[in-house]
Amino acid sequence: MSTAAPSVDAPSVGDFTAERFQRHLAELKGAPDWWVTRKRAAYEKFASLPMPRRTDESWRFSTLTGLSLAAPESAPAASVELPTLHDVATTARLSFIGNRLHQSSGLPAELVAKGVIVTSFSDAARHERDLVEAHFMAQAQRLGSEKFAALHAAFLSDGAFVFVPKGVELTDPIVVGHAANGQAAFPHTLVVLEENASATVIDLFGGETPLAIGANDLYAGHGSRLTYIGVQNWAPSALSFQLNSTLARRDTRVQSLNLHLGGRQSRHESLSQLQAPGAFSEMLALTVAREKQEFDQRTLQVHQAPNTKSDLLYKNALLDSAKTIFSGLIIVDPDAQKTDAYQSNRNLVLSENAEANSLPGLEIQANDVRCTHGATTSRLDPEQMFYLRARGIPPAAAQQILVFGFFEEVLNRLAHEGIHAALRGLIEAKFRE
Amino acid sequence: MSTTESETLVSGIDQTGGDFKYDVKYDFDAGTGLTDRTVDYISSVKKENAWLREFRQNALKTFFAKPLPTHWATRDLENINFDKIRYYLSSGQKPKRTWDEVPEDIKRTFERLGIPEQERKFLAGVEAQFDSEAAYSNIKDTVAKQGVIFVNSTEGLREHPEIFRKFFGKIIPTGDNKFSALNSAVFSGGSFIYVPPGVKVSHPLQAYFRINAENFGQFERTLIIADEGAEITYMEGCTAPKFSTSTLHSAVVELVALKGAKIQYITVQNWAPNVFNLVTKRGVAHEEAEIKWIDCNIGSRLTMKYPGVVLKGRKARGEVISIALANDGQHQDTGAKMIHAADETTSNIVAKSISVGQGRSTYRGVVHIPKHLRGCKNNTECDALLINSNSRTDTYPAITVRGDANFVQHEASVSKVSEEQIFYMRQRGLTEGQAMSLSVNGFINDLARQFPMEYSVELKRLIDLEMEGSVG
Repeated sequence: MSTAAPSVDAPSVGDFTAERFQRHLAELKGAPDWWVTRKRAAYEKFASLPMPRRTDESWRFSTLTGLSLAAPESAPAASVELPTLHDVATTARLSFIGNRLHQSSGLPAELVAKGVIVTSFSDAARHERDLVEAHFMAQAQRLGSEKFAALHAAFLSDGAFVFVPKGVELTDPIVVGHAANGQAAFPHTLVVLEENASATVIDLFGGETPLAIGANDLYAGHGSRLTYIGVQNWAPSALSFQLNSTLARRDTRVQSLNLHLGGRQSRHESLSQLQAPGAFSEMLALTVAREKQEFDQRTLQVHQAPNTKSDLLYKNALLDSAKTIFSGLIIVDPDAQKTDAYQSNRNLVLSENAEANSLPGLEIQANDVRCTHGATTSRLDPEQMFYLRARGIPPAAAQQILVFGFFEEVLNRLAHEGIHAALRGLIEAKFRE
Repeated sequence: MSTTESETLVSGIDQTGGDFKYDVKYDFDAGTGLTDRTVDYISSVKKENAWLREFRQNALKTFFAKPLPTHWATRDLENINFDKIRYYLSSGQKPKRTWDEVPEDIKRTFERLGIPEQERKFLAGVEAQFDSEAAYSNIKDTVAKQGVIFVNSTEGLREHPEIFRKFFGKIIPTGDNKFSALNSAVFSGGSFIYVPPGVKVSHPLQAYFRINAENFGQFERTLIIADEGAEITYMEGCTAPKFSTSTLHSAVVELVALKGAKIQYITVQNWAPNVFNLVTKRGVAHEEAEIKWIDCNIGSRLTMKYPGVVLKGRKARGEVISIALANDGQHQDTGAKMIHAADETTSNIVAKSISVGQGRSTYRGVVHIPKHLRGCKNNTECDALLINSNSRTDTYPAITVRGDANFVQHEASVSKVSEEQIFYMRQRGLTEGQAMSLSVNGFINDLARQFPMEYSVELKRLIDLEMEGSVG
C-alpha cells in the first residue's frame, strides 16, 4: 500500500489487496464455480465501498478510528485453544481453527438417516449447492457493515452448515467452535430448518485475531423452531464484526441470544425478517463491557406480514471505561397489521467512566399494531443494595448478586438448563477477570 | 360532553379562518433569491450597525457552505427552492404602540385572528408580527413599569445592545445547522424580551405571526432573557393563509434563564400545508432555573423542530411537552434535546403524536449526560397514535449516558384508537367521527391541559377539524 494518506472517501482495502484475494482463491482447492463467482463479486463490492464515515447515521456514536483493515498474512499461532461449553450434551460438534475444519464429531446415525446434515460449509457448497446458494447471505446487509460483509463473503473459506429436514426435532444443541489462530477470521454458520423442524445451534468464537468478521444465515421454514446462541469471546485485541441474519416464515419461533464478551471493538448487527403470519422472533443479547472495550449493537426487526411478533431485549453491563451503543429499529410494513413488536435496551452502568448510548427507533406504517420500546440507563438500585447490605451481605457480593440478577432475566428465557448454566459460567468468568 | 357544548366550541372558530389574505403594499422588498446583496439590503433597511451586517454576511457564507442534512432528515428538504423565496418584506412601519395607530387593512387581518379579543381577555402585551416587521406592538403599562423590555429584534439590537448582544447568537450559534445560518443571515422581526431580576410577569406575553405574501419566507429571531429569579411565559401562535407554492419559515429562538429564573415558551403552530417550517429553538438554564417548552404542531408541510435545553447550572430543570398532528401530505418531524451539563439536573420529555390519513409524525430526540456528572435524571415518554391504516410514525431517540450516578429512562409506544372505546361511545349514540374525535382529544388531554386555557380550547377545535372525514 502506498504511504500517502488516503482521501476521506477513497475506498480502502487495507491488507486485503487484490493479490491476496487471488492467493486466497488459489488456496481454495475444489471450490465450485458458483461459489468462486460469488466470491469475486463480493471482493469487487468490498473494494468499491468506502469505509464508514462520521456522517453515516448507521455509525452514529461508533469509534470510527478503531475500524481498521489491518490483518497481515502472518504465520499461524502455535497453540490454539478451542472454545467449548462445559457440561452440555450435544447432537453434533464441529470445530474450526483458522478458518479450516479441525474436527467434526458424532451426528448419530439415525439422524443422518432422517436426512439431517451437519457438515462444513465448503463441503455443503459442493454437495448441497441448491440449499447453500439459496440461503447463503440471502438477506442484504443494511445496517452499515456492507463493506465488511462483502469482505467476509470474499475471504470466507469454511464454516458450518446445518440442515434439518421436515418434521425432525433435535433436542440437544449442535455446537460449532470457531478458533482464530492469529490471522483474520471469517467464521460462517448457515442453518436451514425445513417445515416443523426444530434445532438449537451454538456458535462459539475465541482466539487471537486482529480482525474477525463472522456472519450467519438462519432460515426458519414454516412451523419450525430455532434457537441460536452466539458466544463472542475473541482475544482482547480483536476488532470483531458479527452479522446475524434471520428469516422467519409462517408460524415459526426463532430465539437468538448473543453473548458479547471479547474483542477490543465489537460490532454486532442483527437483522430479523418476519416474512409470514405467525412468525415470532425473540432477539436477546447480553454484554459485559470492561476496560476500554466498545460494543456496538445494531438491530432491525422487519415485520413484513400481518400477525407477526418480535421481542427484543438487549442488556449491557458496563465497567471501567467501557462503551456500548445500542441502536435498534422496528419497521412495520404497511400491510403488517396486528404486529406485536417490542424492543428494550437496559444499560447498567457500574463505573463513572463508562458510556452507554441508546438509539431505540421505530418506523411504523400500519395502524393496528402494538409497538413499544424502552431504554433505561442507570446504576444499581440503591434501595436494592441497601436491602442486601441490611442483611449483612458485603457490598462487593451484593453488587454481584444484583448484576447477575440483571442478566438472569435474559438467561431465564432459555429453555435448555445446561446452556443457561454454561453461559452464566462464562459471564461470571468475565467478571472475575 | 353534550352535543350543544361541542357545537358551541366548534362554531367559535371560523373554519376557513386560515384561508384568507388581503392585499398589502410592501414598501420594502428584497426581491426573490439570496445573495450577499440581499443581506446588505436587509441590513441597510434596518439601519444596522457594522457588526450586525458582518454577522449576517458570515452567516450567509455558513449557510451556503453547509449541505442539507438529508443524511438523516427527509429528502423533502430538497424540494425547497431557495432562489424563489423572498427573504425580506416590510410595510415600512415602525412598531406601533397603540391599536389606533395600526392601519385599517392590517387591523382587519388581525381581527380575523382574534387578537383584540385576546388582548381584552388575557394579554399583558401584544407583539403581533405582520410579515417581517412588527406591525403592532402593545406593552401594557404594568409590564413596562416592571422594567420588562419587549421589542422586536431590530429594536432590541439597536436600542438595547448592552442587554441583548451578550446572548444574541450565543445559545444557537450561526453554524449550528443550515437553517439557523439562514436565519442569522436574513432574520427580521421576532421578539426580544428582557425580564429584570425577581420580576414575575403575571400575564403571558404573546405574539401572533403571519405570513402574508406568496413565496415569502419568514425568519423571526427571538431572544428571551429572564434575569435572576424572574419568571415569564411567552406564547407564540401561527395561522397562515394557504398559498399555491411552497414557502419557508425558519425561526431561531434563544432563551436564557439565569439563576432561579423560569421561562415557559408556548407555541401553537398551524402554518398552511405548503409551508416548510424549519425552526431551531434552544434555551440555557442556569443554576436552579427552569425552562419549559410547550410545543404544538398542527400545520405545515414539513416541520423540523427539536426544542432543546442546555442544563448548565446545578439543579436546573428542562421540560418539553410536545403535541404533533400530521394529516395527509404532512410530516411532523419534532422532538426534543436535553443536554445535561451540571450535577443534579433533571429533564422531562413527553411527546404525543397523532397521524391521520397519510400523515407522518416523527419523534427525534437527544438526551446527553456527559462524564462526571452526578444525580442527573431524564424521563422521556413518546406515544404515537395512528388513525388510518396508511398513517405512519417513526421514533428516533438518541441517549448517551456516561458514569454510574445518573438515571435515564425512555419509553415509547405506538397504538391505534381502541376499538372498545369507540364501541362504547357509539353505543351511547355518538357517531364514529365524534367518538374518534373524543378519543383523540382524550389521548392528548393530559398535555393539552398544560396549555393556557384559550390555547387548549383552540387545540381541541383544531383536532376536531383535522379528524373530520378521517373515519368512515
